[in-house]
Amino acid sequence: MTFLERYETLLGKLPGDSALRAAASDAFRSAGLPGATRGRPSEAWKYTSLRSLAETRFRSGEPKHEAETILARLPLLDVPRLVFVDGEFSDRLSVHIANDGDGTAKSAEAPLSSPGSLKIARFADQPDFGTLTWPDREPMVALNTMLAEDGVSLHIPANHDCGTIQLISVATTDADLHPRHTIRLDAGAKLTLIEMSAGEGVYFLNTVAEIHVADGAHLTHIRLQDESLTAFHISTTYAEVAATATYDSFTLNIGARLCRTEVHATLAGEHATAHLNAVQLLMGAQHADFTSVVGHLAPHGTSRQTVKNVLSGRSRGVFQGRIEVARAAQKTDGYQMNQALLLSPDAEIDSKPELEIFADDVKCSHGATVGELDAEQIFYLRSRGVPDAEARSILVRAFLSEALDAVTDEAVRGSLERAVESWWQRNKA
Amino acid sequence: MLEIRGLSACIGDKEILKGIDLTVPQGEIHAIMGPNGSGKSTLGYVLSGREDYTVTGGTVTFNGANLLEMEPEARAIAGVFLAFQAPIELPGVNNANFLRTALNAVRRARGEAELDAVQFLKLARAETKRLHMRDDMLKRNVNVGFSGGEKKRNEVLQMALLRPKLAILDETDSGLDIDALKIVADGVNALRSAEFSALVITHHQRLLDHLVPHRVHVLSQGRIIRSGGPELAKELEQSGYASLIAEAA
Repeated sequence: MTFLERYETLLGKLPGDSALRAAASDAFRSAGLPGATRGRPSEAWKYTSLRSLAETRFRSGEPKHEAETILARLPLLDVPRLVFVDGEFSDRLSVHIANDGDGTAKSAEAPLSSPGSLKIARFADQPDFGTLTWPDREPMVALNTMLAEDGVSLHIPANHDCGTIQLISVATTDADLHPRHTIRLDAGAKLTLIEMSAGEGVYFLNTVAEIHVADGAHLTHIRLQDESLTAFHISTTYAEVAATATYDSFTLNIGARLCRTEVHATLAGEHATAHLNAVQLLMGAQHADFTSVVGHLAPHGTSRQTVKNVLSGRSRGVFQGRIEVARAAQKTDGYQMNQALLLSPDAEIDSKPELEIFADDVKCSHGATVGELDAEQIFYLRSRGVPDAEARSILVRAFLSEALDAVTDEAVRGSLERAVESWWQRNKA
Repeated sequence: MLEIRGLSACIGDKEILKGIDLTVPQGEIHAIMGPNGSGKSTLGYVLSGREDYTVTGGTVTFNGANLLEMEPEARAIAGVFLAFQAPIELPGVNNANFLRTALNAVRRARGEAELDAVQFLKLARAETKRLHMRDDMLKRNVNVGFSGGEKKRNEVLQMALLRPKLAILDETDSGLDIDALKIVADGVNALRSAEFSALVITHHQRLLDHLVPHRVHVLSQGRIIRSGGPELAKELEQSGYASLIAEAA
């Protein structure tokens, strides 16, 4: 069954605004999967083709793998977690948030609300569904909008520090999954959100998140993508950042056969800040694409991006970074750096930085480097007794440290370092 | 004991070492002197196993083992240490972690217990103090932003920790003031024992005043053209290399 055929069978049964879904299905019908349809090629998907995705048939079925086993492989932190198994919220595997001794409601049917400090709801209750997204521009967002069934809606009230919450996707069967999340931080609120995804089998995870960071609020958004090496992972995030607010994001992509992380950050208020940092570690025939669009709409905005790729085997990394500075966005300070370390002669990196500036008093810069491990550095370490493989590992980690240092929470950075270590062990095997 | 017989080596198609014969008995310090481009640094690199040099002839045995067949890390474990003329910077690698990784790699291979962070720091702090190094040099990235003198001391620190059987010091004295020179020389002298030998590559007599060698060898155009006692270094300081080279030609 194609995605559109499935949509027809689900008509009227899906939650939320049905007009929005109908419009999204029209958009998806006319655009199709990038790279898999004839007609004019899409510039936004120049380096990533979804032909292999189009050629794969997904069907929902009985779980083939244990969700617990997959979950146990993730570098989890001892903080509350919201777990989705095959796209559906799992109350059993989730660890709830206790607020002032008053835990959240735990029914999978009822909204997962916690009065007073934090509201967690299911997708159907999302008032923000589709307010930031562009299904007509982004075909994968159209696909998600058309088929989304579940997801979380987090609402942090003003001036509340919510600590750290993990949002986890586990795939156990060869299905296509379209989670839809909304994160809303009211003025002065604070949250560290750690998204992790993993699974077993040939599945397709197509997540969309809509994020609102109100005046003075601070969202740290960490993503660890460690999907099965036969899976497809597409994640699209829209973040709107208000005055003096911060959206600080870090993405670590190590899994999936084909992955694309796309982030649209809009600095809508004065003195807003966005950090869109990422690391992609690839081997074999993996393909991972980090695409970002930073829109500076208001004065005195700051955006920072360090994206590093480590590529071995025949893997291919893609970086597309676009900074748009509107006429009103004077005193914008934008910086973007993309670096790739090629560990094999057959690995490939495609890098496309773009600056589009309409204001006259701005500071924007970007840079890109591509290289191999330095033979002199390897020899220096080996001449001190460090074995060759360990010397390479030390230098790869040194290359990554600048990007990982952007993650200031030590527990979170530790968790990411464990993920990097497991990638390195897998790469050596 | 280090025994070099007829060693030839090239980089690319350029022959640099053209048949070196040299024996350094256990417990002795030998100095290698010679003009720029004579092959002094190449000798150090070839002995420590740098891969861009190709050995085209000859043998090197170190305590009975064929050194040329060993990987660089195996040579380090066997006790060979090269103090680099231009120590390499490792951005993103913490100096203390680097030193502990190296020390534990060597200890592990030698069948000794590895040191934990606390044991290591205690040892490292004692050595940095002896070398008059600032404490923060352990916290910084390896050689990044170090002055020339700090880099050289960091090499001596590594040597002190790894306790080699054969230290090759490649112009460790260059760029050092007289105080730093003494500290470096003291660092090497502290390792002196019946099991420790050193090859000290230098341009100047100055270092050899503090680090008195058993033998001095003059290298020119890839060959040792003269060997002698410590007095040979003094003679060279007076007369230069030119007359020696002319004599040998």
